[in-house]
Amino acid sequence: MDFLYHTWHWSVAGFLIALIMLSLNYFGKVFGMSSNLRTLCTLAGADKCADFFKFDTKSQYWNLLVVLGAMLGGFVAVHFLSDPSNVMLNPETIKQLATMGIDAPNGKLLPNALFGNEVFQSPKMIFILVVGGLLIGFGSRYAGGCTSGHAIAGMSNLQRQSLKAVIGFFVGGLIMSHFILPLIF
Amino acid sequence: MKSLKFILVGFIFGIVLTKSEAVSWYRIYEMFQFQSFHMFGIIMVAIATGTVGLQIIKRNQIKSSNGKPIEIADKEKGSFRYWIGGLFFGLGWALVGACPGPIFILLGAGFLPVIFVLFGALLGTFLYGLIKDKLPH
Repeated sequence: MDFLYHTWHWSVAGFLIALIMLSLNYFGKVFGMSSNLRTLCTLAGADKCADFFKFDTKSQYWNLLVVLGAMLGGFVAVHFLSDPSNVMLNPETIKQLATMGIDAPNGKLLPNALFGNEVFQSPKMIFILVVGGLLIGFGSRYAGGCTSGHAIAGMSNLQRQSLKAVIGFFVGGLIMSHFILPLIF
Repeated sequence: MKSLKFILVGFIFGIVLTKSEAVSWYRIYEMFQFQSFHMFGIIMVAIATGTVGLQIIKRNQIKSSNGKPIEIADKEKGSFRYWIGGLFFGLGWALVGACPGPIFILLGAGFLPVIFVLFGALLGTFLYGLIKDKLPH
């Protein structure tokens, strides 16, 4: 069972992600994680402020259950299936990160520079995380989907609109990664 | 039983994304720097498998578990919203290294500072809902 602890091969992961999408289709649903953000807004009372949030949240409970399961899955994978060999990056990437003052993974999923508990004492880092979230939330609703809805589900269903969104994702990502991140760190 | 199957699908999703490290900020950075094939491989295999699977469903008119035909709605027509919305999303994705699925998965795994990302994402979604009608789509 050693293979469970190591980094899963991309081909295995890609195949399983497609099966997850297909099983949701089989249950009469569609794969899309960012829709849950809208449901959570409605549950928090956003329907009193904008018509966009007026919908029957019951029709989306199944998706919140997927979220709940995903959170449990994340918990189990991190606490019971981790191994120091995880997140073996390209050495070139680690060198580049060091010049920006971002710690190497050494088996960790997330850098302390962005997600360590010291972040709670850093208004700058909190601001960066909120802004990043803001872009994700705003962008995914504006584009009508995120990586799951457009890149996986939409592209698999040969949707031209999803291709546009995915190109947008990558253009935005490249601008951030190559031009803005070095200015922040 | 009805709820359990969705929790189970989510559970597998959480494990797959964590163990393939698609939830890792590092992997997203490495992808956008073109220094590893890993993330590209995951996305491409998922799309290829998904395309074949959906074709099988469509050609054999496979019914869903509740006996209804499986119908997947086409995305709304338009261009601007996809390019520009996508661009915003990509900026955020590369900054915090997480898309909506991983935000939840990482929170479940106990990475508490991700709560700020979730807060921002809810705020962004709310903002979109407020100004939706004024935006070009």
